[in-house]
Amino acid sequence: MNTLLNKKKEPIDKLAATAGGGRSLAAEAIRRMARSPVAIIGAVITALFVLLAIFAPLLAPKDPFDRALQDQVQLGRGIIPGSMPGYPLGVDDFGRDFLSRLLVGAQQTLLVGVVATLIGVSVGMIIGVLAGAFGGWVDTVLMRFVDVLLSVPSLLLAISVAALFAKPNQWTVIIAVSIVSVPIFARLLRGAMLAQRDADHVLAATSLGVKRHTVVLRHMLPNSLGPVIVQATLTLATSIIEAAALSFLGLGDPDPSRAEWGLMLGKAARQFLDIRPELAYYPAIAIIIVALGFTLLGESMREALDPKNRR
Amino acid sequence: MLQLRVARTRRIALIGLAGALAVSMSACAESKRDDNAAGGEKTGGTMVFGATGNPKMFDPIFNDEGETFRITRQIYDTLLQNKPGTADVVGSLAEKWEPSNDGKTWTFTLKKGVKFSDDTAFDAKAVCFNFDRWFNMKGAAAQSQMIYYGDVFEGFAKNEGDATGDPVYKSCEAKDDSTAVINLNKAKGAFPAAFTLPSFSISSPTALQKYNADTVTQSGDSFSYSDYANKYPTGTGPFKFESWDQAKGEVSIVKSTGGTDTAKLDKLIFKVIPDENARKQALKSGDIDGYDYPSPADYALLRNDGAQVLIRPSFNILYLGINQANNPALKDVRVRQALAYGINREQFVKSKLAEGSEVATEFVPKAIAGYNDQVPQFPYDPEKAKQLLAAAGASNLTLNFYYPTEVTRPYMPNPADTFTAISEDLKKIGIKVEAIAKPWNGGYKDDVQKAGKQDVHLLGWTGDYNDAGNFVGTFFGRSKPEFGFDNPALFSAISAADAAAVGDAHTKAYEEVNKQIMDYMPAVPIAYPTPALVVGSKIKGVVASPLTDERFNTVTKG
Amino acid sequence: MLRFIVRRLLQAIPTLLILSILVFAWLRALPGGPAGAMLGDKATPEKIANLNHILGLDQPIYLQYIKFLGRVLTGDFGNSLVSTQPVVQEVLDFLPATIELSFAALFIAVGLGIPLGYLAARFRGGIIDNLTIVVTLVGVAVPVFFLGYLLQNNLAEPLGLPSQGRLTTGLDATDITGFAILDGILTQEWDAVWDAIRHLILPAITLATIPLAVITRITRASVLDVMNEDFIRTAQSKGLAEQTIRGRHVLRNALLPVATTIGLQTGLLLGGAVLTERVFTFRGLGFLLAEGIERKDYPRRQALILLGALVYVLVNMLVDVSYGLIDPRVRVR
Repeated sequence: MNTLLNKKKEPIDKLAATAGGGRSLAAEAIRRMARSPVAIIGAVITALFVLLAIFAPLLAPKDPFDRALQDQVQLGRGIIPGSMPGYPLGVDDFGRDFLSRLLVGAQQTLLVGVVATLIGVSVGMIIGVLAGAFGGWVDTVLMRFVDVLLSVPSLLLAISVAALFAKPNQWTVIIAVSIVSVPIFARLLRGAMLAQRDADHVLAATSLGVKRHTVVLRHMLPNSLGPVIVQATLTLATSIIEAAALSFLGLGDPDPSRAEWGLMLGKAARQFLDIRPELAYYPAIAIIIVALGFTLLGESMREALDPKNRR
Repeated sequence: MLQLRVARTRRIALIGLAGALAVSMSACAESKRDDNAAGGEKTGGTMVFGATGNPKMFDPIFNDEGETFRITRQIYDTLLQNKPGTADVVGSLAEKWEPSNDGKTWTFTLKKGVKFSDDTAFDAKAVCFNFDRWFNMKGAAAQSQMIYYGDVFEGFAKNEGDATGDPVYKSCEAKDDSTAVINLNKAKGAFPAAFTLPSFSISSPTALQKYNADTVTQSGDSFSYSDYANKYPTGTGPFKFESWDQAKGEVSIVKSTGGTDTAKLDKLIFKVIPDENARKQALKSGDIDGYDYPSPADYALLRNDGAQVLIRPSFNILYLGINQANNPALKDVRVRQALAYGINREQFVKSKLAEGSEVATEFVPKAIAGYNDQVPQFPYDPEKAKQLLAAAGASNLTLNFYYPTEVTRPYMPNPADTFTAISEDLKKIGIKVEAIAKPWNGGYKDDVQKAGKQDVHLLGWTGDYNDAGNFVGTFFGRSKPEFGFDNPALFSAISAADAAAVGDAHTKAYEEVNKQIMDYMPAVPIAYPTPALVVGSKIKGVVASPLTDERFNTVTKG
Repeated sequence: MLRFIVRRLLQAIPTLLILSILVFAWLRALPGGPAGAMLGDKATPEKIANLNHILGLDQPIYLQYIKFLGRVLTGDFGNSLVSTQPVVQEVLDFLPATIELSFAALFIAVGLGIPLGYLAARFRGGIIDNLTIVVTLVGVAVPVFFLGYLLQNNLAEPLGLPSQGRLTTGLDATDITGFAILDGILTQEWDAVWDAIRHLILPAITLATIPLAVITRITRASVLDVMNEDFIRTAQSKGLAEQTIRGRHVLRNALLPVATTIGLQTGLLLGGAVLTERVFTFRGLGFLLAEGIERKDYPRRQALILLGALVYVLVNMLVDVSYGLIDPRVRVR
């Protein structure tokens, strides 16, 4: 037995146990969330962010890659123009409109988070379903592997994986961050499988002679959607933050013309904090708000699904 | 209810007390430090310099790394050195130096009465001991780490490493205590300037032998060095080595008497602070008294705080390399000239490089003997660039543009930024750019210098000593995959310049060469970036050197 | 107990072995590799090839691995490229700093977190509670390195605190164990103790942010849980005084899950330490790793990852042993 590891597994297992509740549980959960101010705030922030990310190129007043005011930037003399007509937030170190870059940055940042989470979900799902559905030695071997990954502190794991790549870029960051979430989803899905093993709809299906893989795919997986969505929301938040940390350490994409909040924050925090701190503050605040939004939403979803709260 | 509330109030009170204590104690500690500073005199005192990275060890011959040289330059001397603030060659351990007519023999008249910091005498025998030691160095591991020796002297008594050339060094004679004669197998334009290289510092023969300086052993994937290198480096400098505390990241050197000069400071501590922001904060709070390579964006801020930003005369060049072999369109000189006209170098220098940086007109910096201010100029003119491209039939040119990642170079602090700026200029004159980024240590140099996969690329050079051949000879002295051309006239002009007699002939020959190069335009010189160093207001006597060769023996604090 | 320890160690060996193979092979397979990193600026393809040959890096990978394993088993992890010193020595030198920093951060996180969480639960729905919830949620979302830079640039000067390092340069504090505060106390150099504490403040606050947020939240949740438990209602109906209930029943029972959370936070602290130590140039293990990453120091990266895994296994085991001592229910296994 492994105390710390077990402690880390607890919230995951609890969440997994809510699988199989079916539509009634989902409906009840949504009703509960609608009454919670925290949930509403989280949902609003998340929705705003997603909309922003999708429509950013249309909303951005200027081309985020156009170095229009480059002549006015004199890095050698510590001059980066700030707010002025047409450029409400000023420009960045290349003379590009900062507001536009922030808006478009939402897209890139969301992309990194979403892709990393999707990879984590997919790979984790495969492992977890295999383990939960087959049981036996398959389960033992897979879960040992998962336990090893799970027992390493997430940031350290991300750093170690990212540090093993020769040429850091957007994809090495995504892979490193997704590897952190793979064990979480693996355990989650496995738990969801186990929780539904004795459920009515599963027993009914198997007694009717439905093949195992169909039961899993057609009955158990869709009912595991609830916990997966909750965890995915939470993982999105942590992915964005971890990606920013990796960029800061030099393990991220070295191309600075990409507008991504973590990149922008890392560079600005290192170089421009004294001459134009806004270049660092705004991406940081953006990251904080978005991470907060996703976390609020995810946590309130988790609480809504928690059977203990049914009082 | 009552009990808990009381307990809480007590806790709050304690915290408040602790806070008050903290503030008052910090004030106490503060004033103690002030007293020390106020009581310091003109000479003496300790200066702390913020280094950007860890030194390797302190045997200069095995070194090629700036942070280590910064330290060894204070505790060792070479035969010749650079006049402070310039790249001119002046005497150091040698007072006079004379080449023979064929350039193969150099006679050095040495300073008298100089001692190593272990109290042994410096004399011609010591000089010869050092040169012989290097020439006779055994072991592939040791030889592979003697990078500057390999570059300049090309070979050893027995080549075991990657140096496969015939040794340039032949022998050394100690005619008398203060006359050393160095015999070479062939003359090179690199001399006498190459004698200023910090790798060729003179160490105490006694110490070298006592502490097994030649022992370089492999340890896993890296090397282990001797006690001499790690603990007992012994030279003739105005400072001598005291200690190297790895855990604290501090190297201390102290005033030494009996060497070529005596330091004015009592002690000089090099503190390793890799984070640029932290260095800046440390200078602000007085934790350190100076550091190297401040970010240009901070110059104004630093000056406002009272610090002195010392701009170095440039000894760097940043260029856009052109590979004529990879893309036939580049063989036409008009296309190459179009690139020169089409890149807004003035704008790039003004907005992206530090104060003091200038547009590069040729492939040697201004401080070098052989710089020619009469070479053809190429001011920014995108219209002319487009015309030239059209005339050459290359209006729809596509170029693949290589640039390095994960690296900062003195001539290119931010490669990605540089790439962005230049590639966008190229786009404006109608050239389509395919970006190829490769990590510096992960294939960039291979691809660009060995395989010649690029059409155009970013690279540069930091000069090590005052020899134009060190720049243009290295770039265009012979046919290379990096530039993909064959121009026998140019090659022989460069060889001739290298062989020219030391002095005016050498300088004139290279002035001609530089003009020839700019007529041919094998690559586009972009800028002479100038880094700087910054010191606090109390520090006097630091002279910024184009070769990063700042000596602290003349420095006083307070 | 001994059997338990031995069994855990044996269980850990295959994991460590697999990890070592992965890390080793991966780093070797990278282009450029250790030779390129070592030669730095003056690297030419010929020099790299030559160096590879000297270091035996052109031999088949499995041979290299076996030699590597042999060296590791004798405690030789090679020399760092950055410092040319044995990596194991570096780790030992830099370890005390991280331990000190982690302790300071934990001290802040626990010292503030538990009272805060309790108060939030006690006055549920009040201002303190709402503020605490917001603070705990934001605390987890702030990028640690950004917070560090903020504190460094904006708080250090006004508060008269040092902005980086462990001790003021030239302070000449005597070094015995490597723990600055402990050494100062042992040698009665009180100015050194105070200097060390001053240098710890900002990094510790930065590092403590996330654990503080989590501990506060868990404490609050745990206290709320316990307060709603049946046995509390029993005590209340028995007529016990409120503060006795709170002190004896609520607090004590609520603190158990918090204790294990603290253990979990230690792991997170190590991750955060890499960022914090980097920003504040606080020379601990995190700084070592960050520098090793930036300077492409392969031997160091390799050694730190592997040593880290080993240490983590040991720490986990230690926690399990002590947990077994505290909670008798657990010992049965």
